[in-house]
Amino acid sequence: MERSVTQIALFAALIAVLGLVPQITLISGVPITAQSLGVMLCGTVLGARKGALAVLLFLLLVMLGLPLLSGGRGGIGVLAGPTVGFIVGFPVAAFLAGLVVEKWRAPVGVAAFAGSVLGGIVAMYACGTVGMALVLDKTLPEAALLNTPFLAGDLIKTVLAGLITNGLARVRPGALLSRP
Amino acid sequence: MLTLTSPVETRLHRLPAGLKLALLALAAIGLALLPLGGLVLAAAAVVALYLAQGTVFAAHGLRMLRPLWPFLLVLLVWHVFTADLPRGLEVALRLLTAVALANLVTMTTRLEDLISVVERLAAPLARFGLSPRVLAVSIALVIRFVPVFLLRVNQLAEAWRARSRGRANWRIVVPVALTALDDADHVAEALRARGGL
Repeated sequence: MERSVTQIALFAALIAVLGLVPQITLISGVPITAQSLGVMLCGTVLGARKGALAVLLFLLLVMLGLPLLSGGRGGIGVLAGPTVGFIVGFPVAAFLAGLVVEKWRAPVGVAAFAGSVLGGIVAMYACGTVGMALVLDKTLPEAALLNTPFLAGDLIKTVLAGLITNGLARVRPGALLSRP
Repeated sequence: MLTLTSPVETRLHRLPAGLKLALLALAAIGLALLPLGGLVLAAAAVVALYLAQGTVFAAHGLRMLRPLWPFLLVLLVWHVFTADLPRGLEVALRLLTAVALANLVTMTTRLEDLISVVERLAAPLARFGLSPRVLAVSIALVIRFVPVFLLRVNQLAEAWRARSRGRANWRIVVPVALTALDDADHVAEALRARGGL
């Protein structure tokens, strides 16, 4: 019980930190934050259930007014903003990423990459597009078009999520709670 | 760690947090349904509410809306393109008013007040195994460990720069995640040693 709680809480903190540090340059010169990478890692490392709970805890703290979303955003206002769909999609993304790593017996890195694509791209952009369409009063295809500039960065992050999860499994076998 | 609560003490700080959140929820539904005339009035009311708390507070509130400008720009360009500017302005006004109102609650409510509201709301969840104490400990752990991990990332990045000519890249996430898992084990043991959750 205690162990589950601390794992969930500390990975929630990890999502926050990955959104805050500018030191991590994913690809030199491209200003994308690693926050959604943190969300994917929550799923691939902690597994579906704990990963989604970690993301929910992180979002609870954001709602409470801590400036932990990338760019120092926070507060309940983010629920009224155009990116609300992505916020709803965060826990779904972690859950699906974790589910794929748990259920699919492929090599860890491949499963983590596939899970990140399913959760972090498919589910996240589905939610994000619906949210943006509602808030900005656009049709779904129009909102999807508005979201496409971010797709490249997120695709890179799915590859990195696979590589990092694989790295964790190699450095310490048994570190991945999604693969007991 | 800094929260988004405004350091400028206002009358709104003294209202109960639960009341403010309930009013905000009602106002958010109202804003989505209002016709244009009512929307303009509501927006004016929100501006007046900000200004009534003093100019320093209002300026802070304006800065809190900064992350929205790229979206407003896109909206503007889009609706100029489709020759339907009034509709675009209405959508923008609705968005700005809703976010400003929610920010007002965030700026005038202290973290501890909001946490106690969460604890009260989560009390019924105890039946499903989520005791309010677990939730409170989790919130406290996140708040404590964000600066710890920030420091660790900085140390690892410095060590990286000492060894290499380039800046730290994504590989640094591996040791950060690994130490997070280790910390989780240690903190869990410490919690158990003190009676557990």
